[in-house]
Amino acid sequence: MHRKITVKALTLVFFLFSIASFAIDKSEEEKAHLTEKTKEQREKEVEEYIPHHLLDSHDFSLFSYTSDDGEHVYFGFPLPVILWDNGLNVFMSSKFHHGETIAKSGENYYKLDHGKIYKTDAAGTITYDADHHATNSKPLDFSITKNVFTVMMVGLLMFFMFSRMAKAYKNNESMPKGMGRLLEPLVIYIRDDIARPNIGEKHYKRYMSYLLTVFFFIWIINLLGLTPLGINVTNNIAITFCLAIITYIITTATAKKDYWKHIFWMPGVPTPMKFILMPIELLGTFIKPFSLMIRLYANITAGHIVLMSILGMIFIAQNWLGGSLSFLLAMVLGILELLVAALQAYIFTMLSALYFGSAVEEHDHH
Amino acid sequence: MTGLNFIGAGLVVIGAGIGIGQIGGKAMEAIARQPEATGKIQTAMLIAAALIEGIGFAALFAV
Repeated sequence: MHRKITVKALTLVFFLFSIASFAIDKSEEEKAHLTEKTKEQREKEVEEYIPHHLLDSHDFSLFSYTSDDGEHVYFGFPLPVILWDNGLNVFMSSKFHHGETIAKSGENYYKLDHGKIYKTDAAGTITYDADHHATNSKPLDFSITKNVFTVMMVGLLMFFMFSRMAKAYKNNESMPKGMGRLLEPLVIYIRDDIARPNIGEKHYKRYMSYLLTVFFFIWIINLLGLTPLGINVTNNIAITFCLAIITYIITTATAKKDYWKHIFWMPGVPTPMKFILMPIELLGTFIKPFSLMIRLYANITAGHIVLMSILGMIFIAQNWLGGSLSFLLAMVLGILELLVAALQAYIFTMLSALYFGSAVEEHDHH
Repeated sequence: MTGLNFIGAGLVVIGAGIGIGQIGGKAMEAIARQPEATGKIQTAMLIAAALIEGIGFAALFAV
């Protein structure tokens, strides 16, 4: 048994190094092309690419490269741009050519600058202030961006997956089939280990639909963020803000008398203390969803930045040692990120259930 | 003074690390003592760790 594992580990290491050496052969072939850039330039490129990756974008590009004649080649597809600028303007983002050209729609000219759309004149001039922020006016942007597109796709995927599962359960009550076999334990886990103990036997059923939706949504989207598709939805603070706001609204809307009593007139403490506790408790209700928002956003952002930085080392070092080291490190971190993806979905669901539980809790003291 | 924010961020990370380490260590002790309560201990551990982590992310805003 022990020996088998050792052999397997050795095979894996050998396999990894053979990949690394293969990569070296290839890079040596291209070295003439690559050595044109100095190390500082490469560092700068990596430094610029990481925040770019973290931003939302108006097109879905999988990868891009600069061809030998200095032209930028992109692989991906454009997404619709919907602007409100004293009237509706709808066009495809391919008109921007990734920010290289000016898009004309109706009477207006628009240009992309660092992922944001600005209104310009026909020549496409963008003025900057001292901090290098564009000062041009911005139209209201309702575009289907990469994040919106991904959220829609995940929504559709979840809808079809779970409605098919539900249908299968209606017809056949014995064994789950297909996806059900994979997801049933998770659904049962959320019901029995998250909802029941935290919300209570009496009320947990009302919250199950939201808890399941939010768990699978965050989990699937986090997992998609680890694929080479370059999606990262949950490191957009607007998305996590919306999720947290939904939790806040459900908590507030379904709260029972006891919940408000414990906020505004805490029972069992002296009267002067009640006045001190009131603002603190009230603030607490806002801090709870705020921490939900920050936690998910910051965890995923931090994971992506660290992973990208380590991968960037390959391009900065450009030798066999740096390449194989950062490859191994990135692989280990990737496995850790798989855990974080599930853990963050779990924590969000768990804490949501905890807040719902406090909202419907009935105290039987005095 | 420049660069002090990085020292601050480092301190935050050290603090959060100590905190989460304490929670993890104590949870392991508790599980070793009462293996039948593993599920409950793990849940409580994760919640506490998540709360500390939230503070740890203050480091992101300092940098």
